[in-house]
Amino acid sequence: MQGYIHSTDSFGTVDGPGVRFVIFFQGCPMRCLYCHNPDTWKLNQNMLVSTEELLNLYHHNEAFYKNGGITATGGEPMLQLDFLTELFTKAKQENIHTCLDTSGICFNPEQPELIDNLLAVTDLIMLDIKHIDDKKHKALTGHSNQNILAFAEYISNQKNIPVWIRHVILPEWTDNPEEQLELGWFIGGLKTLKALDCLPYHDMGKQKYQQLGISYALENIKPVSPEIALQAKQQILKGIKKRLLADYKK
Amino acid sequence: MFKNFAPEWEGFKAGRWSNTSVNVRDFIQKNYTPYDGDESFLEGPTEATTKLWEQVMELSRQEREAGGVLDMDTKIISTITSHGAGYLDKNLEKIVGFQTDKPFKRALQPFGGIRMAQTACKAYGYEVDKDVVEIFTKYRKTHNQGVFDAYTPEMRLARKSAILTGLPDAYGRGRIIGDYRRVALYGIDMLIQDKEHQKETHFVRMTSKNIRLREELSEQINALNELKQLGEIYGFDLSRPAKNAQEAVQWLYLGYLAAVKEQNGAAMSLGRTSTFLDIYIQRDLEKGLITESEAQELIDHFIMKLRLVKFARTPEYNALFSGDPTWVTESIGGVSVDGQHMVTKNSFRYLNTLNNLGTAPEPNMTILWSVRLPQNFKRFCAKMSIKSSSIQYENDDMMRVTHGDDYAIACCVSSMRIGKEMQFFGARANLAKCLLYAINGGVDEVMKIQVGPKYRPVEGDYLDYDDVMEKYDEMMEWLAGLYVNTLNVIHFMHDKYSYERIQMALHDRDVKRYFATGIAGLSVVADSLSAIKYAKVKCIRDEQGIVVDYEVEGDFPKYGNDDDRVDQIAVEIVRKFMDKIRKHHTYRDGVPTMSILTITSNVVYGKKTGNTPDGRKHGVPLAPGANPMHGRDTHGAVASLSSVSKLPFRHAQDGISNTFSIIPDALGKNTKIFAGDLDIDRLTQEALNEESNQES
Repeated sequence: MQGYIHSTDSFGTVDGPGVRFVIFFQGCPMRCLYCHNPDTWKLNQNMLVSTEELLNLYHHNEAFYKNGGITATGGEPMLQLDFLTELFTKAKQENIHTCLDTSGICFNPEQPELIDNLLAVTDLIMLDIKHIDDKKHKALTGHSNQNILAFAEYISNQKNIPVWIRHVILPEWTDNPEEQLELGWFIGGLKTLKALDCLPYHDMGKQKYQQLGISYALENIKPVSPEIALQAKQQILKGIKKRLLADYKK
Repeated sequence: MFKNFAPEWEGFKAGRWSNTSVNVRDFIQKNYTPYDGDESFLEGPTEATTKLWEQVMELSRQEREAGGVLDMDTKIISTITSHGAGYLDKNLEKIVGFQTDKPFKRALQPFGGIRMAQTACKAYGYEVDKDVVEIFTKYRKTHNQGVFDAYTPEMRLARKSAILTGLPDAYGRGRIIGDYRRVALYGIDMLIQDKEHQKETHFVRMTSKNIRLREELSEQINALNELKQLGEIYGFDLSRPAKNAQEAVQWLYLGYLAAVKEQNGAAMSLGRTSTFLDIYIQRDLEKGLITESEAQELIDHFIMKLRLVKFARTPEYNALFSGDPTWVTESIGGVSVDGQHMVTKNSFRYLNTLNNLGTAPEPNMTILWSVRLPQNFKRFCAKMSIKSSSIQYENDDMMRVTHGDDYAIACCVSSMRIGKEMQFFGARANLAKCLLYAINGGVDEVMKIQVGPKYRPVEGDYLDYDDVMEKYDEMMEWLAGLYVNTLNVIHFMHDKYSYERIQMALHDRDVKRYFATGIAGLSVVADSLSAIKYAKVKCIRDEQGIVVDYEVEGDFPKYGNDDDRVDQIAVEIVRKFMDKIRKHHTYRDGVPTMSILTITSNVVYGKKTGNTPDGRKHGVPLAPGANPMHGRDTHGAVASLSSVSKLPFRHAQDGISNTFSIIPDALGKNTKIFAGDLDIDRLTQEALNEESNQES
């Protein structure tokens, strides 16, 4: 089967455990204001490749990936569900560790079983929760967060797949301590939570917007220091602990 | 041949090294103590070390303010015994000796070429003494003069156009590593005895080859006697072996010092000394003669001296090498042929100098890396690399196959067995420029004159791959021949007028000589040929009909992305050019090798290379060594490294270098911000504890 990808990276060190072969899928329904890969938004563009071709690229340098594996990111990989499922199925047949970096936006709570085949061959999910408040989530990404939160609970509490939560700290948007606490409360309810990454906002994607002729909405917001991100993480952790405590007492 | 087990060797395990012949490797293998532990045993700087280093920093500051040179000798010609003793602070220094009578004073070394010495002095406001100039123009011929007497007009032109470039025809060739450890292990008297024996047992039929060797052996013995005198100048008796750790470091250093007093070579590398010296330190530690702090102090003071090796060089020379490098390369670690790693505590101590004295590019600490190095040492190397960015890594698993376990690196990548192999350093040929010559029928695209042979230039508006490859093949054939012959002239004259007496005295008699060549511009060539093959390349000619620019229509695979379509072109060029080099007679039956390693000079070469068919503009630096062109490797580090690793080592045995830089964030997560592992059970426990604390 063939699918559209934007590019591959042979040396991914932050997209899952170990050194990984990273595949950037083409196409994304979200329009996050801080997105640093706007060139992956449009569907059916760039390179058309088969799952075999991708696995060949992986095998070519597999010695480097013995403690890593494959990461599907993008773009939104789940937009090309069949292609992604085939890729991961083949990878699992060869005992390759699979990691899915997703926004969860494609999840349909009415028909959760649609993604069960994919989940059966996914070792780790990195889920990006952009905002805990639904209204603000809509303003930030163009979509409601309801399906995303449902996705988180489904993969973690029903399917038992290890999950890493990622959250971008963006001034004026996600720097409210109350909301961070609330986010932590939600995350604390995920039984297979393995990591929390707080990513300080950076504006390195700006240039791509210029090249693509898209206006950049966050022109006036400055990049965030690691210290601020660290504070945010502590606050979210507080929320997580609160939830854990509450659940423990139940 | 040694009659007795010397008293200084007491406590060492005997072997061939003590019974039959000069054999440092055997001594090391029989006596070293592998160390698998971590760095926790290391000690910081002593008070004396800190004081001395402050003095050095102050002198460095003065040197910078004086415009790069603090003092120069303009009258005394540097030889092993030319100067009296020089010190920073005699009472504090555990290891002593400078090139002249005081630190930071650069020596006068005119044997390579008097003009170079004069220019170097003039650049910093000094003038070489009139009598010295007269002697070296009227009465004593230099290496540089010899070379230019023999050069053909074609050689001069190729040098001027810089298709052959960086040639050691006006400066010392370097790249020879004396086995300085022999001075410590045997003492001078035993080494002279050995050399006398070599002379006595050599051919007696007086062919020019045998006469030359006999003369050289005599010069070597003279140099050894002078080294003994150098010891006396500093109050040491080098005639006997070193009897303890301090003497071993000192003896070894004086051997090296004699070499840098005699030669201003492009690379004056040290060898592989850390594990050798560890044997002496270990013996003293076990006898309770020194403490760990004192052991570290010896190494700190030794390294401090190596950092202060200085030469008088011209601003042009410094521009070519992007600085004032001495390439005091020290090879550390590696694995012995029986599979045991060769990391000792002293390997750690050497790297620890980067803590105790701060970071520095010299000495060029080079880890002979193997998958079998102990984990603790690997971790320490990584830690020190992150901290200092001052460590070089080379593949021991690959080099051990041809060189065994007692080789070292000269300069940045040239491997040679210590005391048994040496190299004739041969700078490099610019293959990117050669491609432009192929296109223009031997006309230089910058000077606009005929430099290469007048072959047919390309015709038509678009470049055709097969046509260009055929022409390129012929042009490389010409270049290889000219290159090897130019080097033959250079090394003949270097041996004749600027022979490395003391360094060769610390070699066996019958050494293997590598005849090193090198290439520059490999990635430009690969990408250019790929553009011609997979895209369309249009020629733009000037009014004389010389192709001076190119228009590339369409995309093409670029070297550095693990794409065989172009990577195999690079492989093919390396093999081809090396095979062409192999066809030619080499001076003293040197074994031809090739390197791909222009680490710094690639900037200057770029200035001298016109527009290229890959879209690179005149003046843009060539990529360093075997690196992909800057910004063209777009598939991440593994793909980039994979392209480089396809280059065949057996056709580039003098070394392939890849300059790799990466921002720390791209190497993994910043643990402060990213949680990494979250343990829910632990978090719950924490929450419970916090709650009970609040309640109480």
